[in-house]
Amino acid sequence: MTVLEILKAPDERLKQFSEEVEIFDDELQGFIDDLEETRQAGPGAVGIAAPQVGRLQRVIIVDVSNTKKPVPNHGYMVLINPEITEWNGFEMGREGCLSIPDYTGNVIRATDIKLKAQDRFGNPLEYEMEGFEARAIQHELDHLDGMLFIDRVVSRRTDLFQRKVYKKGASAKK
Amino acid sequence: MNNWKMLTLVGKDRPGIVARVTDALYQNGWNLGEASMLRLGGNFTIMLMVSGAGEVEPTLQPVAQELGLRLHVDPIEGDLHSHVVPNIQVRVVGADRAGIVAQVTGQLAEAGLNILELESDVAGSAETPIYIMGIHGYADVPVEDLQQAVSDLVDQGIDVTVSGIETLIG
Ligand SMILES: [Zn+2]
Repeated sequence: MTVLEILKAPDERLKQFSEEVEIFDDELQGFIDDLEETRQAGPGAVGIAAPQVGRLQRVIIVDVSNTKKPVPNHGYMVLINPEITEWNGFEMGREGCLSIPDYTGNVIRATDIKLKAQDRFGNPLEYEMEGFEARAIQHELDHLDGMLFIDRVVSRRTDLFQRKVYKKGASAKK
Repeated sequence: MNNWKMLTLVGKDRPGIVARVTDALYQNGWNLGEASMLRLGGNFTIMLMVSGAGEVEPTLQPVAQELGLRLHVDPIEGDLHSHVVPNIQVRVVGADRAGIVAQVTGQLAEAGLNILELESDVAGSAETPIYIMGIHGYADVPVEDLQQAVSDLVDQGIDVTVSGIETLIG
């Protein structure tokens, strides 16, 4: 397995729309293992998306089972062609990104989501998620649509005054 | 490049100040670092890090004069790329009263909180002002210790909420 190079903003590839995965072959399995190794090599990343290593395909990995304060979670997930089918509620939270070192800011995300995806072999998956895990999914899904969290930062300071500016990631699709 | 100066500009707010100031800096070869601009009580205030060769006053003093701003320059130690990610958030909301900031921040400092960002404002009306403060900070101690530290103030009727921030990196 290999730790892949993480692209840093303003790399143009981070702004591209990623394509659906159609072939679930050995090459894909190898890539997923490399992607996970890359996530673990990063500083405390709970998720990573394939375009962050320059592969413009709809593959993300999320694992929020290791937070300081435990949060509801589904453990380690490889999600292929993920799609959010329902959003509910809004919540502000602080985010950073492997592709934008040394910057964090407050972003509004949906609190509860329903998610459809495929596993690494193409089998269908369905999840209901909340809070921090739902936030991680939305952050990674944004990467697949060429969107970075800095495009959504509403405040670097207090989260007292919440503005509802949430847009679906799909709006970045050309 | 790490020869930074901190500029402070204060004066009556009017449109176009940021554009004029940054244009003058740019035209004369100064680089911008981190900056914070705020309107406080109707005043324009900006603090910004700049780096470049020589003295910055000859570049900015004429602009400041023209815009009615007071300029202050300090050579500083420090550099970019040294952010600390906050892990604690504090909110204070309540009737305006003297000493509230000192009391809250004093207790929190003693308990181990290092304040990274503080914003406070007075909302409501002149008759019934509401004091609002938001703090982002970093502490090595558990959030419960900080909550304990302000519990006396909570008992005295000050609405202080201390919570942890889990920053998502992805
Ligand atoms: Zn990211």
